[in-house]
Amino acid sequence: MSDKGKIFLGVLLLIVVVGVPLWFALPGDSGPAPELEYPEGESQCVEHKEYMTAFHMDLLDEWRDEVVREGKTEYTSKAYGRTYEMSLTGTCMKCHQKRDTFCNRCHDYADVYPYCWDCHLEPGEL
Amino acid sequence: MDDNRRDFLRKAGGAAIGLGLGFPLLRGLATASEPGHGIEAAESTQWAMLVDTRKCLDEKVRDACIEACVRAHNVPVISDPEEEVKWIWTEKYEHTFPERVHDRANESLRKRPVLVLCNHCSSPPCVRVCPTQATWKREGDGLVMMDMHRCIGCRYCMAACPYGARSFNWKDPRPYIKNKPLSAFPTRSMGVVEKCDFCAELLRKGLQPACVEAANKIPGKEGALVFGDLSDPRSDLSVMLKRNHTIVRKASLGTGPNVYYII
Repeated sequence: MSDKGKIFLGVLLLIVVVGVPLWFALPGDSGPAPELEYPEGESQCVEHKEYMTAFHMDLLDEWRDEVVREGKTEYTSKAYGRTYEMSLTGTCMKCHQKRDTFCNRCHDYADVYPYCWDCHLEPGEL
Repeated sequence: MDDNRRDFLRKAGGAAIGLGLGFPLLRGLATASEPGHGIEAAESTQWAMLVDTRKCLDEKVRDACIEACVRAHNVPVISDPEEEVKWIWTEKYEHTFPERVHDRANESLRKRPVLVLCNHCSSPPCVRVCPTQATWKREGDGLVMMDMHRCIGCRYCMAACPYGARSFNWKDPRPYIKNKPLSAFPTRSMGVVEKCDFCAELLRKGLQPACVEAANKIPGKEGALVFGDLSDPRSDLSVMLKRNHTIVRKASLGTGPNVYYII
């Protein structure tokens, strides 16, 4: 067959075209993890650090539904047993006052853009 | 058993029809005994308000109420009537109570200013039409609440509300908030609907709504707005309702408004 070369080239081209995006998406060096500025004078968050890192969005979701829809106000920490007011501005941002050096550093790194602050105010905005 | 095939089919058919007719009746019985229907519902808290329009004739009172609301909820002040956001505002009597004016009604009565706000209806049409349950009637206290996180901005509720109590954010409201945001209450974003929430965040702390407090601070105008629980017969509100002739807006629509007026 005289078309062997053409077919081989075509198949190779197909593999390259399909494969390039996959190649670039392979997990590799994702750069240094962002350094966060933790609030001074505080040793713990409402739950363990590992839990907060992985699931803070779930916790906030839960708080939101309980406050807005069920009218509850208090959250009891599963890790520490302490009671907190469920409030993004009042509780979270009382310690994590600077969004730029805490929330945003990670969110930018992870390429997620939550719209919490379209409505909720930072302490400094008041 | 000496039933033949024909008899069997006849009996089976009869049984099926009987069952079919029976189930809706059974379901009717079941719902009638559920809590939340009928008399029991009237006994749970229902926050309500009484507006004494005589005391609100003074512009100072109305402005104080509106200003207090704007401050408490960071309501944007937009002058364009097509895009303005209103929680509590002033409306003419003839527009507030269109069923109560006629061609020969007294002119000064027609033009009389009346404070209007969300009626937190007992049977709120806005709640019925909301496709995401972003607005709902809270069982515990009868407030018609808004969850801005869920609102998709379809504005069905605005079409459904016969009182025009809902406003849409046509643009980012933040530039229109007077000076800096004035309280910790979240602002809204473009594309959501908002309205009076009877100051749910203050009620939670055992306080009165901001507009009620503001009116009470004006000497001689105390009680221009009275707020309380309808289910408590000893509340100031219930007592006032018993002693005065009061009306609600568009009662014939059957929405069951919970804002009452003394004319």
